[in-house]
Amino acid sequence: MATTSSAVSRSVPLRWRSSLEPILLPFGALLASLLIFGLFCAMAGANPFAVYGSIYRAAFGSWFSWQNTLQRAAPLMLTSLCTILPARMGLVIIGNEGALVMGGVAAVAMGLWAGSLAPPVVVFLMALAGMVAGGLWIMVVGALRHYRGVNETISSLLMNHIAIALMNHWVGGPLRDPSFLSKPSSFAIDEANMLGRLWGTRIHFGLVYGIVACLVAYVLIQHTTLGFSVRIIGGNPKVARMVGIAVGKLTLLITFLAGSCAGLAGMVEVAAVHGRANESLTVGYGYSGVLVAFVARQNPAAAVAMAILLGGILASGSILQRSHNLPDATVLVFQGIVFLLILYSESLYGRFDFFRDREPSEPA
Amino acid sequence: METEALGWWGIPLAVIAGTLRGSAPFLFVSLGECLTEKSGKINLGLEGSLLMGAMSAYAISFLTQNTAGSVVAPWLGVLVAGFAGLALGGIHAFLAQQPRVNDVAVGIAMIIFGSGMAFYLGKPFIQPAAPRLPAFELGNWSSSPAIQAALKLSPLLLLGILLAFVMHWFFRSTRWGLFVRAVGDNPDAARAMGISVPKVRALCIMAGSFLAAVGGAYLSLYYPGSWTERISSGQGLMAVALVIFAKWNPLQCLLAAFLFGGAQAIGPALQSVGVQSNYYLWNAAPYVLTLGIMILTSSPRRTLAGMPGALGTGK
Repeated sequence: MATTSSAVSRSVPLRWRSSLEPILLPFGALLASLLIFGLFCAMAGANPFAVYGSIYRAAFGSWFSWQNTLQRAAPLMLTSLCTILPARMGLVIIGNEGALVMGGVAAVAMGLWAGSLAPPVVVFLMALAGMVAGGLWIMVVGALRHYRGVNETISSLLMNHIAIALMNHWVGGPLRDPSFLSKPSSFAIDEANMLGRLWGTRIHFGLVYGIVACLVAYVLIQHTTLGFSVRIIGGNPKVARMVGIAVGKLTLLITFLAGSCAGLAGMVEVAAVHGRANESLTVGYGYSGVLVAFVARQNPAAAVAMAILLGGILASGSILQRSHNLPDATVLVFQGIVFLLILYSESLYGRFDFFRDREPSEPA
Repeated sequence: METEALGWWGIPLAVIAGTLRGSAPFLFVSLGECLTEKSGKINLGLEGSLLMGAMSAYAISFLTQNTAGSVVAPWLGVLVAGFAGLALGGIHAFLAQQPRVNDVAVGIAMIIFGSGMAFYLGKPFIQPAAPRLPAFELGNWSSSPAIQAALKLSPLLLLGILLAFVMHWFFRSTRWGLFVRAVGDNPDAARAMGISVPKVRALCIMAGSFLAAVGGAYLSLYYPGSWTERISSGQGLMAVALVIFAKWNPLQCLLAAFLFGGAQAIGPALQSVGVQSNYYLWNAAPYVLTLGIMILTSSPRRTLAGMPGALGTGK
């Protein structure tokens, strides 16, 4: 009896070790980046432990800060999918910011045009408009890649800038509200058509959209034939063609879905936060979404957790400025450190004997 | 506006002036990216190097103006900017050469990290005025201020043009240029020749990042000539596309830089003669041009003309 139980206690952890690797390595990278960030703060004359404490309090310390964090996590979940879905078929797309902007502008335009209908219908139409606009925007990237061989990373990056220019053109011209003076903005959508809040909190419904979208994406990629085909293309496009997968159609479909998630993020920002389209849409949720995607290792379910983590870090930006006299770009530096170390941790897979699966040394 | 006297003729003149002013950053980043990619790795993070260069050049020029004098200080800034870029390039070179690490992803991370560092360290230098780089005034024969402004040339631009020719000669006719091309085209063959692939790549990536940072120094110390967080209009991001357009040839980088500098100058030139409509759309001209060129030059079947063999293969 005693011998079998000791064999179990030794062999079971050994079998689990290889599945711990994809959890412990990113976690270790996050810890290491906290350490480096601490050194960075120390060099800037701030006490690193006080900074950690402030970040924690501002991000997760109270119900108030949790609400703040979750507000920011919602668009991050949606924009991260814009990178994650294409990444599973081997495409590196970073057009999240552009798709978000296009989605936001389309949602506003729809909200103004259909504003007199019943509010739930208007919200539905705005979400639809945002998703179609963002989806088509990124589908162009996919089509250029498939039919013309245009590098998707660069084209999507360029299209971010084109989207922002288009938004500036529209909110400075046809959609401009002349009575709103602080910066060129579109007309505001009707208060009644804004997204609702979750039961008695300040958190808007965008969070639900984000979580649902990530879970649907997870099931789609991991548990459907379509997702299986996508993963085969990601593994080896030549094999995918040989076994008869319609690579072109799937590229268009996946890039459309990816863009529609980022477009929905734009709709959420418009319909739950700003009420109108203007420069405030381009505060970097798109680029932070790319970071979430890589930190979550292109796993849509993990993206929920990572978006909340990053949402917390973003929420602590103003506190760092006020209590520690650190510039607001500190958060950007922190994001950069996390991103670099997460990428470095990719090279460590298989380097540690600890994570090797071993047969139990003695047959039980 | 001074161009008003020239009427509609002011537009081409303003575009030429804008091209001469605005091309240098494109030239330096595209030469830097060209050198990097010739060795077989991509550096998408040159935007970070550019911003870091712009910030450190301005900061050094401001901080040393009393000790070094207002003539030397900006040049000191350019030099320090280059070394700041070199340091960022070192990080990219180390990470992008690790097994299973995607160089494109590292580039995206370096954009975030580099711009974060530049904004962080550059916060105190947004307000004060630093001594700027001088210009060669070639238009003094004319009484028209528009022509005088158009013919102001930065020594840094001339240096960049010279560099394009030097780099062309380097790749074609020198032993080291051959090493770089061998590493970029066929790392296995280069290894068989006894060349250290990681070392050559690290040197190319770091030197490329140095050049991009000098391009940034031009932005903050010559034109527009001040340090703000919005100083770059994405020149570092467009570098990769410019190099594809230039077919990995330094002399064609020169042409590409002038083309893009010109495209960027159209919007402000139209505005200067009073055409206000579609101003924002004209601002997107360089991006639309880049995308259009990429669509025309790419092909789903064959590889791009002049592309180094190991680029994007992870080898």
